[in-house]
Amino acid sequence: MAMAIRAFLMFVLFLFSTQFCFSLYEDQVGLMDWHQQYLGKVKHAVFHTQKTGRKRVLVSTEENVVASLDLRHGEIFWRQILGTNDIVDGLDIALGKYVITLSSDGSMLRAWNLPDGQMVWESSLQGSKLSKSILNVPKNLKADKDDLILVFGQGCLHAVSSIDGEVLWKKDFSGQSIEVQQITHSPHNDLIYVAGYVGSSKFYVYQINAKNGELLKDNTAALPSGTYGELLSVSSDMFVTLDDTRSKILLINLKNGEINYNDNHISDLIKDTSGQGVILPSRLPGIFALNLDSLGILIKVTNEGGLVLVEKINNAAALSDAVSISDGQHAFAFVQHEENKIHLTVKDVHNWNSDLLKERIVIDHQRGNVEKIFINNYVRTDRSNGFRALIAMEDHSLLLVQQGEIVWSREDGLASVVDVTTSDLPVEKEGVSVAKVEQNLFEWLKGHILKLKGTLMIASPGDVAAIQAMRLRSSEKSKMTRDHNGFRKLLIVLTRAGKVFALHTGDGRIVWSVLLRTLRKSEACERPIGLNIYQWQDPHHHALDENPSVFVVGRCGPSLAAPAVLSFIDAYTGRELNSLSLAHTVAQVMPLPYTDSTEQRLHLIIDVNQQAYLYPKTPEAIHILQHEFANVYWYSVDADNGIIRGHALNSRCNGEVVDEYCFDLRDLWSIVFPSESERILATMTRKSNEVVHTQAKVMTNQDVMYKYISKNLLFVANVAPKAIGEIGTATPEESWLVIYIIDTVTGRILHRMTHHGCQGPVQAVFSENWVVYHYFNLRAHRYEMSVVEVYDQSRADNKDVWKLVLGKHNLTSPFSSYSRPEVITKSQSYYFTHSVKAIEVTSTAKGITSKQLLIGTIGDQVLALDKRFLDPRRTLNPSQAEKEEGIIPLTDSLPIIAQSYITHSLKVEGLRGIVTVPAKLESTSLVFAYGVDLFFTRIAPSRTYDSLTEDFSYALLLITIVALVAAIFVTWVLSERKDLQEKWR
Amino acid sequence: MGVFRLVWAFSLLLTWSLAFQSDELVIDDEELGLEGGQPRSSDSVHTQSLHSTATTRKRFSDSGSDSKIQFELEHAFGGSQFSHAGNFSARLKTWNHGAQTLTKLWFSRNALSETERNNFQKLLQGDDFYRIRLPSNVLSPPGREYIISSVKARCLPGEALEEHFVIHMEGVNILAVNYGSPGSCPYPRQPKLPARWSFKSHTVLKNSDQAPRAPVFAEDVFGGEEGDGEVVKQPEKAFWAKYWMYLIPLGLIVMNAITQAMNMPEEQVAGQSGTQTQQQPGSAVQRGTGSTVRRR
Repeated sequence: MAMAIRAFLMFVLFLFSTQFCFSLYEDQVGLMDWHQQYLGKVKHAVFHTQKTGRKRVLVSTEENVVASLDLRHGEIFWRQILGTNDIVDGLDIALGKYVITLSSDGSMLRAWNLPDGQMVWESSLQGSKLSKSILNVPKNLKADKDDLILVFGQGCLHAVSSIDGEVLWKKDFSGQSIEVQQITHSPHNDLIYVAGYVGSSKFYVYQINAKNGELLKDNTAALPSGTYGELLSVSSDMFVTLDDTRSKILLINLKNGEINYNDNHISDLIKDTSGQGVILPSRLPGIFALNLDSLGILIKVTNEGGLVLVEKINNAAALSDAVSISDGQHAFAFVQHEENKIHLTVKDVHNWNSDLLKERIVIDHQRGNVEKIFINNYVRTDRSNGFRALIAMEDHSLLLVQQGEIVWSREDGLASVVDVTTSDLPVEKEGVSVAKVEQNLFEWLKGHILKLKGTLMIASPGDVAAIQAMRLRSSEKSKMTRDHNGFRKLLIVLTRAGKVFALHTGDGRIVWSVLLRTLRKSEACERPIGLNIYQWQDPHHHALDENPSVFVVGRCGPSLAAPAVLSFIDAYTGRELNSLSLAHTVAQVMPLPYTDSTEQRLHLIIDVNQQAYLYPKTPEAIHILQHEFANVYWYSVDADNGIIRGHALNSRCNGEVVDEYCFDLRDLWSIVFPSESERILATMTRKSNEVVHTQAKVMTNQDVMYKYISKNLLFVANVAPKAIGEIGTATPEESWLVIYIIDTVTGRILHRMTHHGCQGPVQAVFSENWVVYHYFNLRAHRYEMSVVEVYDQSRADNKDVWKLVLGKHNLTSPFSSYSRPEVITKSQSYYFTHSVKAIEVTSTAKGITSKQLLIGTIGDQVLALDKRFLDPRRTLNPSQAEKEEGIIPLTDSLPIIAQSYITHSLKVEGLRGIVTVPAKLESTSLVFAYGVDLFFTRIAPSRTYDSLTEDFSYALLLITIVALVAAIFVTWVLSERKDLQEKWR
Repeated sequence: MGVFRLVWAFSLLLTWSLAFQSDELVIDDEELGLEGGQPRSSDSVHTQSLHSTATTRKRFSDSGSDSKIQFELEHAFGGSQFSHAGNFSARLKTWNHGAQTLTKLWFSRNALSETERNNFQKLLQGDDFYRIRLPSNVLSPPGREYIISSVKARCLPGEALEEHFVIHMEGVNILAVNYGSPGSCPYPRQPKLPARWSFKSHTVLKNSDQAPRAPVFAEDVFGGEEGDGEVVKQPEKAFWAKYWMYLIPLGLIVMNAITQAMNMPEEQVAGQSGTQTQQQPGSAVQRGTGSTVRRR
């Protein structure tokens, strides 16, 4: 009987398997997926509002995005994403129709068409050495009717035609050891001044003819002292800088090619200050700004070379560049902070007595401080000057402020997601009003009748639109309560700005956001960075009245030796419950599989000095850990030295200060990869929360293979040292890829295999008993994906049914890592067309549903590939039985089916990671892909076998039943009547 | 006892095969003239100096491609210092293309001293780790760092102390050593002491495997088609194997029918003897089932 059932199941599975791909109809787009587009933190912004057409602002961001935004609503007109290494250095508009960007350390100059963002030309500027890169688009610098763009990069000054990007002339400064700081153009006599230092105290100036690049004059002067910071040009022939003690201002004046300088003590200008200043890089005509003891000081440079203190600004946060509002009139803006408000002041550069604009704007304090401000002027209805300001905030969000209000805001912090976790929503409270039910019932009926119409194809176009709209804004999916299927959750994301957002999975809206205090810049913590986000408390049984919480681990600076910070956040409200600045560092955070009585998960934070700290710091946690003291093992990877070590807890720390929650550790094992032949490239482990449904796999010949399922497996991929670079830098003979599967408790190498002629980058995913990894094969000139499956041989003799029945099997015997594992591995490689940015595997609640690999392709899309394509048992001619089992005939490459892109027509620009979360419904897995964009959907790798589809017409079902019942009655009555007639006859 | 130790020292296993016997190794030893090799006297086996001895290597004068090499195993009890525990000897083979590999590994372990025995018993009581280490480079020990491996002491005692080494090699470098008992490590632990305080060692050398190539079909498209042509005939299944699912129900039906047919005349008999029916009113109603028949 079991066999019959099995055969039947196989058949059913086969039926399912004939439907390889799961794809969407056009009208299903947006039903369960959402896509959000972001830009990143704005670095440069240029307004384009002169023409009567659409008003727009062009921005370039830290995520290397160049975009044109609608100034009215903040929507994206167009967006171009440069590569991750193509950092934008400058942005401007040329000829009124091209957006010019300079990127890649001043070696890439591109022009984009202003209306639609198409690239018009690109010019690669060659140079010999790294230098500061400067983009300068002078307003009216012409050479042969051609508008020139001045670019300094890689030690060379280039004059580029703005029409076609041709380099008209080039001047190489790399021969001289001059560090070019400023390039100015004097419009009166078409001269270009190139100013810079040699060392820090020798000042050089070159005068160049703008027409042909001829060097007219060069001049040098030794400054009285060294200089600090950058050189700022106040006008085309005047520069300011600070001396190396930061107490004197050097003013350098070029008159007729002669260098004159004078120095002024800051204390002469401002009484009773002794602090050290910093020149702010705002470009203002005839004025410069100095930051001194958090006080903004504006200093005017007179024509005679004198310095006059103009204004002191308290709580100055940001200063804009100047905009010209009319002939000779320039305005600029600055922002001051006050509680949860900001003061925006716009002033005329030459007239200090009056403000052009003074506004007070209330800003959510979760946005932090103002970091950058860009202003733009417009003519009001009463012909006076109005100003709007684009403000980049500390949390990387972007605001447009006009008339004292925030016109629009963009949460561009979400472009730089660092880590993701999820949280369940609160359980729905009982007690719904009758009126609501009635209304719901009516809505429900109406909806179903509409759907029925659609099914019967009698719907008018208006109805079809109504159906579509209803499906899209279904209120069900965005409710703030837990649903039966577990589709509604909160995605809690940590961004690079140190802000944590909770996104609703139904529609992607931001439920709450919090800028963490611990991850803000402060005296103690200069450059904090957020590292990871973990579940802290996930109450589901006896602590249901408490809200779940998450915690964020950060570090005060990029180096490993910086002290750690922790923040605990309520997952429902976003309140920061607690924050700690720790005395120790953080190298690794290890969530333990134990929780205390309030369901707080125990975590060990391991610092760089090899000490482990237990959190939460409660006696109960200590008590729990002491029970499991001998069972805590972990490993650390030292990728620089090629060493992997295994550790266990040893004893309490014995430092000067007694810390109950601190533990020493000891090394249990080590694996030392020979440095001359291998470098660690990638490591991967299984997800700790992964569920495996069955440990046995039935083969076609009724054999059983047991999966080697251990939580403590580590996949390591090493390459030859010569092949560590880019593809193409090593020959196939000198490159190889070695992969390992290591037990992290004992340090045993379970499997080791060499791919000759292959190299990285390696992307891998580990699930159940298999690992799939992606690499480049130099011999075949193609990317490959390989699969390794590990099977346990020690359980292989449990095949006999009688043994199982009589209990003479070892399936339930405890599994010890210290037993010698008898494993066999099966592996196979396949070609894969794309290069890959990330690989993830679907995860479901019980692990019954078959798995799909989610591959983030180079085209920033997510491809769902059935795991069965990566089965090492695929053969050329599978037998009938194997076919029934679902084994696909062997091919040399993996198929890419267009319908199996789960991102359908969308792109997740700058894709960096994919996260899968199981829904409560076994067939379904939630997928969240993040990069510059965010994308969420839910997928069912074996189709939704355990539920009806959302557009299932219940009304049709009801009507059919009613019709049937009616038919029964009618026929019954008819037959009764006929009987009667028969009897009367 | 000394003789016993001597036998042990040389009967330790080379590889999986237990067939490699000690006398062959001894000859090897002599042939290669190993300096600093194990002198075959019974007492020196465990009086080896405890500080690490430099590896001695002597080129084979004739071929220049083989030489003898030796590296030492050290052990520690719990958190104690590492001390000398035995020696691995192997033949270093230099290939024409310059690569060097180890072959013919054999191992001689020192007998446990009295203190070591006590230490081991302490480990067993405290359920602590028995740790070993090897140099990461056999030519210039300890190489960059030692290769450490540990096992819970309770896993080792069996008849004697049973241990199993799998040494992962890459040329002359040791990557890792899988160390533990040759079988399973029982849990919960049994407070068992070994019958004999000597080690029974199994050692295996392992090098990296080649990964299977991705299948290439470009050349043998024709062959592939041919393969398609001749469909592999499945072995004809027996009649029973093919149709059992139909036959069994059929059989049941037939049996059912037969019993029913047999019941019919009996029931008539039963009807005649009224006393029996009164005694078993329930069963009289039932008919045709095997149980009814049997109960009678």
